[in-house]
Amino acid sequence: MSVVEVSHLAAGYDGREVLHDVSLSVTAGDVVAILGANGSGKSTLIRTILGLVPSRRGEIHLFGTPQQRFRRWERIGYVPQRLGAGSGVPATVGEVVASGLLARRGVFRFPGAADKAAVRDALTAVGLLDRIGDPVTTLSGGQQQRTLIARALAGRPDLLVLDEPNAGVDAASQEAFAAALTRFAGDGGTVLLVLHELGPLRPLIGRAVVVHDGRIAYEGTPPEPAGHHAEPDHEHLHPHAEQLKAGICEWAPTEGTKAY
Amino acid sequence: MDLLTQPFMQRALIAAMIIGLAAPALGIYLVQRRLSLIGDGIGHVALTGVGLGLLTGNDPVYTAVVVSALGAVGVELIRERGRTSGDLALAMLFYGGIAGGVLLVGLSDGSGNSSLMQYLFGSPLTTSESDLVVIGGLGAAVLTVMLFFRPALFALCNDEEYAKVSGLPVRTLNILLAVTTAVTVTIAMRTVGLLLVSALMVVPVAAAQQLTRGFVSTMTAALAIGVSAAGAGVLVSAEANTAPGATTVLLALAAFAAAAIGASIRHRLRRPAPQPVASEPPDVVLHG
Repeated sequence: MSVVEVSHLAAGYDGREVLHDVSLSVTAGDVVAILGANGSGKSTLIRTILGLVPSRRGEIHLFGTPQQRFRRWERIGYVPQRLGAGSGVPATVGEVVASGLLARRGVFRFPGAADKAAVRDALTAVGLLDRIGDPVTTLSGGQQQRTLIARALAGRPDLLVLDEPNAGVDAASQEAFAAALTRFAGDGGTVLLVLHELGPLRPLIGRAVVVHDGRIAYEGTPPEPAGHHAEPDHEHLHPHAEQLKAGICEWAPTEGTKAY
Repeated sequence: MDLLTQPFMQRALIAAMIIGLAAPALGIYLVQRRLSLIGDGIGHVALTGVGLGLLTGNDPVYTAVVVSALGAVGVELIRERGRTSGDLALAMLFYGGIAGGVLLVGLSDGSGNSSLMQYLFGSPLTTSESDLVVIGGLGAAVLTVMLFFRPALFALCNDEEYAKVSGLPVRTLNILLAVTTAVTVTIAMRTVGLLLVSALMVVPVAAAQQLTRGFVSTMTAALAIGVSAAGAGVLVSAEANTAPGATTVLLALAAFAAAAIGASIRHRLRRPAPQPVASEPPDVVLHG
């Protein structure tokens, strides 16, 4: 069954077109990674699929329904890159995760015992149950990221959409995150995620899509690490913008299907 | 406390306490969104409504509700666009509001200046019975909406994009919040005045969050601080013969200062235990 169907999509912000002609198909049970350098349009692609960026041309279908008429948003769990800007008032980890239940419960009903259990289950899945009463701002970046994944998981979605979940995340969080994602995919869930690099998620990814310059430059099995990336002591850290830029060359396919 | 037997004093106290609950119940969402000053701007716009009411001989509360609601929805539409020019558009709307208000109040016959002061800085002691009915009804409505839709409004103000992807009626909720801001501003203008309305929305929340860890506990504490400051403000100002609106706001600020000092003392007392803080169980469990 088709979960996400994108054909000849063009999208952008204000006057600037970021995606020119993108087609992508994700079927139930797929785990698809969208790769690309910064500014390639990979985040714009998923934000357009979710309706956060308006499309200019082309079509988007979610679970077989045109996106404009799609109403069953509880089937989608979205994990943004970082916590929203609304941190003017403290909020506990449990309160943030509970937001994930609204899509299913609706605006007019109060949370019940089942909702509380769902919050605890989701936090257990990412290994953060002991932090349920702590303010989210006291958590590390990786723990905040896991909180956002728990929020998405709490709503029991069929499709998880994640925007660079591994950016700036500590090793322990990456592992906890990979385990939660593996379990979700193992239960038949569909995953669409934007990644800067495959990292520890490599074994989970069924298909990689490389976006370059607003178009799909490569689609197929995830590229194997090569060169210095393959060395066992190589750390997958790209802390500086200059080094991130190097990613453009790495992901641009030069010959055949080899992306390196 | 002979004063409490006076009906005008009882009405003032009840009205102030209703507003002391309603204002922070709404204000917490504005603070969460980092829009702490929006109430102030809507207060400016409401003044045009007051002037319109005085000029046309209608109850200024009703005209102020309508005009400030229109202003608040306008602000929301500008914010939604997210344009950089939004900041300037807001400034012009706000100053247009206060200038229009001053002009219209001046044009209306009768006691121009004294009624202007009454709306700018509040005069709870002149609350009539019919005023109290309006304040009570609208205040209860604001409080109910803010408490009932708390999960949805929390999700919206915490992460608007996530709320959108959750399929929440984001635009409707935003407009609900805007209209509620306008209603709260209008009923609060009788007690603290249009220039200090925003303080009663924001200061109790700021005071509460010095001591709390979560949203629900912050909201509960903010309502308690708001209602105490508003009630005490009316009583203290009557005893000490000071301006009620200003007294209320200064009491709320005193609560903030006390909470901030308390928080910093608590922080210092906890300091000695250095790194293993992460493995300790939480000291307080605020809610299950």
